[in-house]
Amino acid sequence: MSGAIQKKPGNRNISLLITTLLFFVLFGAGSLAYDRFFSLSTFLNLFNDNAYLIIVAIGVTFVLLTGGIDISVASTLAFTCVFSAHLLRLGVPPVVVIPLVLLIGLGVGLLMGYLIQTFHLQPFIVTLAGQFFMRGFCAVISTNSIPITDTFYKYMALGKVSIGKGKLYYYVFFALVVLAAAYYTLRFTRFGRGVYAVGGSEQSAVLMGLPVTRIKIAVYAISGFCAALAGVVFSFYTLAGYSLQNMGLEMDAISSAVIGGTLLSGGVGSVIGTTFGALIQGVIQTIVTYQNLNTWWTKVTIAALLCVFIVIQRGIALRAERRKSG
Amino acid sequence: MDTQEKLLEMEHITKKFPGVVALRDVQFALRRGEIHALLGENGAGKSTLIKVLTGVFERDGGDIFLEGRAVSPQSPQAAQNMGISTVYQEVNLCPNLSVAENVYIGREPGSAGRIDWKTINRKAAELLSRFDLHIDVTQNLDRYSVAVQQMVAIARAVDISAKVLILDEPTSSLTAVEVRKLFEIMRMLKARGMGIIFVTHFLDQVYEVSDTITVLRGGEYVCSSPTAELPKMQLVARMIGKEYEDLESRPSSSLADRGKRDLFLRLQGAASAQISHVDIDIQKGEVLGFSGLLGSGRSEIARLIFGVDPIVTGGLEIGGRKTAVKEPITAMRAGIGFCPENRKSEGIVGELSVRENIMLALQAKQGMLRAMSRRQSEKLADEYIEALSIKTPSREQSIHNLSGGNQQKVILARWLATAPDLLMLDEPTRGIDIGTKAEIQKLVTKLAGEGMSLVFISSEVDEMVRCCGRMVILRDKKLVGELTGEEISEDMIVKYMAGGEQFEPKTETIQ
Ligand SMILES: Nc1ncnc2c1ncn2[C@@H]1O[C@H](COP(=O)(O)OP(=O)(O)OP(=O)(O)O)[C@@H](O)[C@H]1O
Ligand SMILES: [Mg+2]
Repeated sequence: MSGAIQKKPGNRNISLLITTLLFFVLFGAGSLAYDRFFSLSTFLNLFNDNAYLIIVAIGVTFVLLTGGIDISVASTLAFTCVFSAHLLRLGVPPVVVIPLVLLIGLGVGLLMGYLIQTFHLQPFIVTLAGQFFMRGFCAVISTNSIPITDTFYKYMALGKVSIGKGKLYYYVFFALVVLAAAYYTLRFTRFGRGVYAVGGSEQSAVLMGLPVTRIKIAVYAISGFCAALAGVVFSFYTLAGYSLQNMGLEMDAISSAVIGGTLLSGGVGSVIGTTFGALIQGVIQTIVTYQNLNTWWTKVTIAALLCVFIVIQRGIALRAERRKSG
Repeated sequence: MDTQEKLLEMEHITKKFPGVVALRDVQFALRRGEIHALLGENGAGKSTLIKVLTGVFERDGGDIFLEGRAVSPQSPQAAQNMGISTVYQEVNLCPNLSVAENVYIGREPGSAGRIDWKTINRKAAELLSRFDLHIDVTQNLDRYSVAVQQMVAIARAVDISAKVLILDEPTSSLTAVEVRKLFEIMRMLKARGMGIIFVTHFLDQVYEVSDTITVLRGGEYVCSSPTAELPKMQLVARMIGKEYEDLESRPSSSLADRGKRDLFLRLQGAASAQISHVDIDIQKGEVLGFSGLLGSGRSEIARLIFGVDPIVTGGLEIGGRKTAVKEPITAMRAGIGFCPENRKSEGIVGELSVRENIMLALQAKQGMLRAMSRRQSEKLADEYIEALSIKTPSREQSIHNLSGGNQQKVILARWLATAPDLLMLDEPTRGIDIGTKAEIQKLVTKLAGEGMSLVFISSEVDEMVRCCGRMVILRDKKLVGELTGEEISEDMIVKYMAGGEQFEPKTETIQ
């Protein structure tokens, strides 16, 4: 009975490996092509410039793992920036502003999750509504860019630690903490494993007695919370709130996850992969800057990469499958 | 009855679905230390009764008492917490998680919310080895065969130390050895005082293991009786609601020798990644059986002919012409149909109606653009609903609302509807009730009589004997024997399957 028939290879680690490799290959290619590219500071700047993207993408990964999708995150992020800037301009202290905007992000996610789950609505439609709603609210508050002059925000914008020749801004640590917490949650808690189970087979998860409803609502709440936290980080980064900020960021977040090996059908993926996915986009961005190209080239490259990546992933999976059965 | 206390009682249970009353005033009682077989035709309401009990469905009426207390579990989770542990008829594990995790998810050992993976893996390996299952528990579940997955599901349910264990058709994809092991474990749990509800369509298994039988028919309670007091013929009569004589008879046409037939398909030294060097001839109008144990290569040959596993070396001739079948659609266009074994997970398009599911393969064969008229497709669907007695309120019902066995019949109908020249049926009667089983066997011989070639694969030897006009026997992915007409008997098949010196193939090539 031990001669069980082996059907599919475990390609979860292969994807992560490819993503990591791809990151180093790109980084290496940049280093070969440009003189001052290869340095600790270039590497650390990837984190400085993409901390907010990493946070959003990790949040979205939770949703994708259950087989859902959340396209409201960019608007939530923009709303957080605009609303914080607005409140700060009115003189509300950061100790109130920051918890408040985080709660709003959490609440909006919770509400969307609740609607999706109780009324069996399409996540795409509900989060699209959420997207319009939050983006609309940004414009209601102000259509102009609101500068942030608060001292704490300024402190966070400039505060950094030096590591060798490079520097890491304080707000990057938010991203690292989120990454660590998300990794722990997905790997070592019942909730985290439930997320994978729901993505693998929702019906089975129900029949195995897992709290599927709660899990599915919670992932949207987490995604909303992460989007708001990314908004806070982004306002540290730019010291301004503007209603048209980060249009299309939700797709960057989703593509980070996909490049990192997350399957849109759910059940497979990891936040480490997602982080590398975000960093890969960062490297491409940096190379594009070095090359002095229009920034739209970043999008073009990432689009091409996404296609190539999905094909490679599929190809490797198929090859491994054939080798197994042969 | 007096000495053994009632563990679970269900009274006046009613459950309605749109257009169907699935349960009407049903009663059921389970005692401690009892294995209780719940029987009935496909669509009788067995799975629905179970799902009402475990909170998957909300009941429309009736009471449930667990150890004398009225209970109403609202979800499988709640039922599990009350001590009711269930293996449902449909696949109920997560393919993307490891074997160990599938056993322990939702009740992981660990402290302060931190899952202890080492313990999980160790305990899962220990548990599975009690089922003689020595596999790497850290691998993803979908790397293993359906039989292994089924055993894992059972192990999980058994390990949730419950008062009531429910097994809804657990044996449908298990081999004889695994079934024996399962029964051993069921008897052990019974001795510990657990009450076990066991659903199956294999009546031999009912008599082997159960203490009590309850029969449902058309959503109504028929009778409940100690197994020893209900002989098989009577049981079948209760299940189908009329006397049934020709259960054991062999359709005469399968025996009739219609002389030399024309060749339809020839495999010569064909090999795929799964199986090497097969020589087989399939003639027009014959029922050819592939016998062998699970994993002996019988399904692999069918997959090879149908282009699921493409031919690497060797040749395939259809109607005398060399044909390259690289994928199923080529095979379908060449007049071949294949109803695969693993219908639980493959083949059912849940959102589509019964009619659309039946039309699917025919549509693909004809090309997507050549639409069939609605009238035609309705007529065809009705024909098969009738022929296979598919129990559904209408042909437009979504297939996922049908009972497990009726879903299987729809998939079978899908392939029959393509009216192929060669139809290969892999375990076509698995999960199908005893009355319809006989109907399918008759249908197979009838189709052969009309000139269709059929390949019949089944683990039930008596069914093979009844259907096949010729049979090849496989062992360890090799052809080891061939039987024709009167030679086909259970003894001969079993001898060849088990192997032994005196039964080595007479010739290398089997015609
Ligand atoms: N979700 C559903 N929606 C509508 N009808 C349903 C649903 N589930 C079951 N039914 C109907 O209820 C009846 C009983 O189905 P059930 O699944 O209980 O049968 P069963 O006895 O388990 O049969 P099988 O042996 O085929 O598994 C069937 O007529 C079926 O069509
Ligand atoms: Mg059933």
